[in-house]
Amino acid sequence: MIDFLFYLFAALAVAGALGMLLNTRNAVAGALSLVGTMVSLGAIYVLLEAYLIGVLQILIYAGAIVVLFLFVVMLLNLRQDEFSPERLRFTKILGVVIGAFVGVELLLLLPAALGPPAVIPPEFGGYRMVGTALFTDWVLAFEVTSLLLLAAMVGAVILAKRRID
Amino acid sequence: MLVEKAVALSAILFVLGTLGALTRRNLIVILMSIELMLNAVNLALVAFSRQWGDLAGHVFVLMVIVVAAAEVAVGLGIVIALFRNRESVNVEDSSLLKW
Repeated sequence: MIDFLFYLFAALAVAGALGMLLNTRNAVAGALSLVGTMVSLGAIYVLLEAYLIGVLQILIYAGAIVVLFLFVVMLLNLRQDEFSPERLRFTKILGVVIGAFVGVELLLLLPAALGPPAVIPPEFGGYRMVGTALFTDWVLAFEVTSLLLLAAMVGAVILAKRRID
Repeated sequence: MLVEKAVALSAILFVLGTLGALTRRNLIVILMSIELMLNAVNLALVAFSRQWGDLAGHVFVLMVIVVAAAEVAVGLGIVIALFRNRESVNVEDSSLLKW
């Protein structure tokens, strides 16, 4: 059952990614395919017993980040990807070669068997255990993250402002 | 086992994201491809976290999500500023720094 669900959501994730990648006419449809990928990945996180991460994935990626993309695409009223084929052939070939190389390498290096997964407590991946880890062992990283968010917020506001006085 | 399959899926998604970032010319689609690559890395982190029963991977995923959100906010701000100046989000139109 878990295997079936995994294959289902993996196929949906890859299909969404391909839809985003191959759709050169409509950026809105590309962003919506990306929503499918994000939601499927959230389901796969739940299958891997990362419940909190799964919920956050759907809330933040599908709910906020992709919506931000859609917002900008509609704001700019983009029609299509303009290609200039003569100049792009080299880049495309290079992209496909590098992508294939990385893919073959990753799949070859993938360990055939990692051994049985660790025995985990029943609350593993719930908000309680993740929260405890976040606010004890990783509290410095958490604080630094808040600084990063502040910097990003200021940067985004200044960049999107029409004129800086 | 589920963990190996998840890592394989992560490799596939990462490669698809790499392909998108290298071959597409629309700046917004390039940003989306980078999001896809970050998601692939997140999946690998969660899978290995499950394998070794260590929650550090989950905490790292939270950090990556925050960085991705910040990156999108700033990146789309840059896209809007670029569109305002050049009426285009095609990376071919903004190649002053390219040799």
